[in-house]
Amino acid sequence: MSSTAHAPAAEPASPLLEIRGVEKRFSLSGDFLEQLKFKGGKLVREQKHVHAINGVDLDIQRGEALCVVGESGCGKSTVARTVMGLLHPSAGEIRYDGERIDDLSHQALMPYRRRMQMIFQNPYASLNPRMTIQQTLEEPIRLHHPDWSPQRVKQQVAEVMTSVGIAADWGARYGHEFSGGQRQRIAIARALAVDPEFIVADEPISALDVSIQAQVLNLLMEAQQQRNLTYLFITHDLAVVEHFGTRVAVMYLGRVCEVAPTATLFARPRHPYTQALMSAIPRLEDDRPQHIRLQGEVPTPVNLPSGCVFHGRCPHANARCRSEIPELIVSDDGSQVACHAVEEGRID
Amino acid sequence: MALLDVTNLDVRFALRRGDVQALRDVCFSLERGERLGIVGESGAGKSVAAFSLLNLIAKPGYIAGGSITFDGQELTAMSDRGLRHVRGHRMSMIFQDPMMTLNPVLTIGEQMVECLKAHRRISSKEARAISLRKLEQVQIPSPSARLDQYPHELSGGMRQRVIIAIALLLDPDIIIADEPTTALDVTIQAEIMALLLELCEKHNVGLILITHDLGVVSQVTQRMLVMYAGRVIEQGPTREIINDPQHPYTQGLINALPQMATPGARLNQIPGSMPSLDNLPSGCAFHPRCGFVARADGSTRHACTDEVPDFVTSGNCRVACHMVAEMLDRERIPAEEIR
Repeated sequence: MSSTAHAPAAEPASPLLEIRGVEKRFSLSGDFLEQLKFKGGKLVREQKHVHAINGVDLDIQRGEALCVVGESGCGKSTVARTVMGLLHPSAGEIRYDGERIDDLSHQALMPYRRRMQMIFQNPYASLNPRMTIQQTLEEPIRLHHPDWSPQRVKQQVAEVMTSVGIAADWGARYGHEFSGGQRQRIAIARALAVDPEFIVADEPISALDVSIQAQVLNLLMEAQQQRNLTYLFITHDLAVVEHFGTRVAVMYLGRVCEVAPTATLFARPRHPYTQALMSAIPRLEDDRPQHIRLQGEVPTPVNLPSGCVFHGRCPHANARCRSEIPELIVSDDGSQVACHAVEEGRID
Repeated sequence: MALLDVTNLDVRFALRRGDVQALRDVCFSLERGERLGIVGESGAGKSVAAFSLLNLIAKPGYIAGGSITFDGQELTAMSDRGLRHVRGHRMSMIFQDPMMTLNPVLTIGEQMVECLKAHRRISSKEARAISLRKLEQVQIPSPSARLDQYPHELSGGMRQRVIIAIALLLDPDIIIADEPTTALDVTIQAEIMALLLELCEKHNVGLILITHDLGVVSQVTQRMLVMYAGRVIEQGPTREIINDPQHPYTQGLINALPQMATPGARLNQIPGSMPSLDNLPSGCAFHPRCGFVARADGSTRHACTDEVPDFVTSGNCRVACHMVAEMLDRERIPAEEIR
């Protein structure tokens, strides 16, 4: 209870969510017996891991939309799932509103589950095909507010459906009767049904068509303004980030390589990977792509490169990059960059 | 005459509840070495248009009318034998998912040799040499080792390079690429598109690029078609359409891109969604979502809800829209009065 006594004294700038040194490994080696191998006449235990995220530090401030971008396999979805408690971090800790949540039991996590909700990528898979929309939307409310009367639950469902632009009398329909855009609206309604303050959205618009993407992005921005939401927004689409994000974190191979306010990042990307990523966006304006070609491909997260994970593809890599892991360093314009070359001033 | 000429193409799918018309009155042409983009959202018919060029539409789909002439030959009336000669040889195809396109139980080399030997009478050794040369062209690292590897040993970007190499194997006149980079990451997408562009220019190969990504189209193609609900609604030089779209749907599509809005502001969305093909709205299929059915003076343009719009020529572009037709008419009258 001591924490409640401290709460009023806490400065208003304390972040809503703190991710500290979080790592997540997935074992590839099966169970204990499968890990045993004969080597040189001896029985040894061998374990192989996919290092999905390796020491991620991020703060999410109240009311902001933090976008995490990166290419497939960079660990951005793992970050989202670890934050939501769908995965347990292998190391590190996650604090929500000052309280550590990654080691809580299911029971103890329930109040946080109401405050943080998730929207998934594929609205065709994230709605239960055997439940009507009414049932889908009532379920989280009943779970988190068991004391509410059926009328109150219905009223809440009707309100939340109207707020996402789905007519409230469509509740008796099933998910398959709706288009992709409408389904994603329903998935958003389900997240909003319990009045959360923090929403993790994992690629919420990448399965949708261009004209529908704009509708859903507008809906997410409206919800943010009306309900004072905080977003952790996972995407691979930098154009969306530029429009939607307050701050951006760029990930590569399980590490955060740059965090900066959106305008700063787009005006002046510092990390060589961010620069390559930005130059690869197909733009309407220019005729000829002027993109920075990276050498090689993303290494496997099973055997991580030593030092900076990007050194094998980086045009500025030197001996230090190959041996020493760069830390995020705060620079003068408020951006954080994890790059030896930037730190040493070798690149600007 | 153009290398490829498609006129009034009509493709239907025979379903139990009746025929669904997937393409109506689709007309376009492609000159030798030209790069054409076909843009639209899912369900617009862009993939059906591409597949029908090689008569690859699976049952219950069929070509109900129109003509496709390629190099003077009518493809819709051609025998299977004749089509097999065109497919892969004169026109080749690149599909969206590089993992689904390659045969997982054959090595890269076996697949390439198989394709060459199906079309040409050559020895396996020669075929292997040609395969190796093509792999070099697509800039795959250590190409000779790749020939003996299986598809699962390659990354997504490398697989798509292999597929481009296979598409180029028989030196085709046209490559049809159906969303070739949608399954890939942005940095890999940029590399693959640059490669495709370079190879098409170098070998004077025509490209029909099907995509929903306006950015890719604007960088790679010279002309583009915009499709909506089975019809071409606007076509012309890519730059002109991107810079000054005429059709309200094209305008909406471009304006809906996040890069067109000020950061943080509301995006310009198109209301509603694409109609289903078996239940198209009357008149112009776009009219329920269109903001221009009402004229500026408040009166309703009844043509939009009653008549299917014909193409009108505006500059170098052709647009199927009553509003644009009306504007062009209005501009024309004063000009004649002056005379």
